[in-house]
Amino acid sequence: MNSNYVIDRIRGFIKYMPLLNQLVKRDIKVRYRKSFLGMLWTVLNPLMMMGVMTIVFSTLFESNIENFPVYFLTGNLIFAFNSEATQQALSSIIGNSLLIKKIYVPKYLFPVSRVVSCLVNFFFSFIALLIVMIVTKAKFYITILLIPLPILALLLFTIGLSLLLSSITVFFRDIGHFYGVFILAWNYLTPVFYPVTILPERFRWIVNFNPLYHYITYFRLLVRDGVFPSFELNLYCFGMGIAMLIIGVAIFWKKQDRFILYI
Amino acid sequence: MENDVIIDVSGISMMFNLSNEKIDNIKEYVIKFLKRELMFNEFWALKDVSFSIKKGESVGLVGLNGSGKSTMLKVIAGVMKPTKGKVLVNGTIAPLIELGAGFDTDLSARENIYLNGAMLGFSKKQMNEKFNEIMDFAELWEFVDVAIKNFSSGMLARLGFSIATASRPDILIVDEILAVGDYKFQQKCEERINKMIEDGTTIVMVSHSIDQVKRICKKAVWLESGKVRMYGDADYVCQEYQQ
Repeated sequence: MNSNYVIDRIRGFIKYMPLLNQLVKRDIKVRYRKSFLGMLWTVLNPLMMMGVMTIVFSTLFESNIENFPVYFLTGNLIFAFNSEATQQALSSIIGNSLLIKKIYVPKYLFPVSRVVSCLVNFFFSFIALLIVMIVTKAKFYITILLIPLPILALLLFTIGLSLLLSSITVFFRDIGHFYGVFILAWNYLTPVFYPVTILPERFRWIVNFNPLYHYITYFRLLVRDGVFPSFELNLYCFGMGIAMLIIGVAIFWKKQDRFILYI
Repeated sequence: MENDVIIDVSGISMMFNLSNEKIDNIKEYVIKFLKRELMFNEFWALKDVSFSIKKGESVGLVGLNGSGKSTMLKVIAGVMKPTKGKVLVNGTIAPLIELGAGFDTDLSARENIYLNGAMLGFSKKQMNEKFNEIMDFAELWEFVDVAIKNFSSGMLARLGFSIATASRPDILIVDEILAVGDYKFQQKCEERINKMIEDGTTIVMVSHSIDQVKRICKKAVWLESGKVRMYGDADYVCQEYQQ
C-alpha cells in the first residue's frame, strides 16, 4: 500500500461526496413522500412511541424510574438509531444490485448513506426529546452540549456493523431473516425501558457485553444526570466504535470485489 | 498527446463460478462444502484478452451472444474486477451500459438528473450548469417534475442518454442502447455520438447491428468465446465476422 494508493482513495472519497449527499436526500425524500405530515413524523414517531411505553409502564408495571419518559426516550433514541440504520444497511448492497452491476460507484456508499440518513432522523428525534424534557420540567444540565461525543462513538460502531452486515448478507441471505429476531432480543437485553438494576446479578454480564448499553449509559449521564462519564466508559465506547469500524471496513474491503458475482 | 493510449487491456481473464451462484444460504454452503463441490464448474467468460485503445478512437466490440462482450465492457467500466490481468484507464468514464440504471423511479426527472450526475462523479454545481442542456436534448421539459415511474421506456432512455453524454466524459461506454427510442431520437443519438468522436471522446460500444458499428466505429474487436479473434479496422473485421 503506497502513498499514491492512499491519495487515490482519498480523492475518490471526495469525488463521491456529492453522491453520498444525493443518496441521503433521496432516502429521506422517498421515505416521507406522499405522507401528509412528512418530516414531522421523525419527531412524532418517537413521541408517540414514548407515549405508549409510558402508559404501559406507569399503569401495568410498577416502575420506580424518575421521569420515565426521558429515561425511555434517551435509551430508545440510541437503540432505534442503531437498529434502524443496521437493518436498512443490511439490504443496501442487494437492493442496489441493478446499479452496482451497471455503473462503477464506491460500494460502501450504499450502507453508509443509509446510516447517515438515519443519523439525520436521529437529530429530528432529538427535538422530540427536548420537547419531552421541557414538558416534564426535567432539569437541563450543561453537559447536554457534549452529546456529539457519544453520538460520534456510536456512529463509528454503527457504520462498522452496517458494513459488516451488508457484506455478509450478500453471501448469506439468511442473515436478513435472522437479524430481525436478533434485534428484538437485543432490544430486550438493553435497558431501554427498564433499569439495569432489575436484572438478576447472574445475568448482569450479558448487559455488560452489550455495547449499546454503554452508549446509552453515556448518553443518559450527559442528558439526565449532568455528569461527565468516567475515563473507562469513554475508553470503552470509543474503543468499541473504532474496533467495530475496523472489522467492518476490513471485511467489506476484502469481499467487495466479489459482490457482483452474487447479486 | 494525440496518440496516447487511453484504455490498455492486458491479459484479462474473467472466471465465473457457476455453482457458486446458487449458494446464498448457510445450509447449502455447508452441504456443498462437505461434499467438496464448492469450487466446481468454472466458466471463463474472457480468456487472456489484450488490446489497447488510443485517445479519440471509436471501437466496437462484435461477437455472438455469450462471447464476453458485455463482460469486457463491465471490466473496462470498473464494475467487475478481472480474475487475472490488468486494465489501465486514463480518463473519466461514462457508462451507458443500461440507460437509466441509476434512476430512482419515485423521484422526478429533475431529482434524477442530480442523482445520476452524482453517480458519474459530478457535484451539484456542475450539474446545475448542465441541467438545461440535458433537458433540452431529452425534450422532456413538460415532465421535468413528474416522477419518472410514469415515464415511458423511450422517455427514460432519452433522459439517461442525455445525462451520460452531457457529462463530457473522456470515454463513453455504450452497450446496445441505441436500439431504444424512436427513429428520430436514434438519429439524434448517433449525431451526438459522432459529434463527441469529433471532439476527441473515445467510444467503446457493443452492438449487434453490424451496420451501426461500421457507421460509428473506426476499429473493431471481434470476440469469440472469450478470446480476441480479430482486432483492427472496423470495416475489415465486420466483413470477416459476417462471413
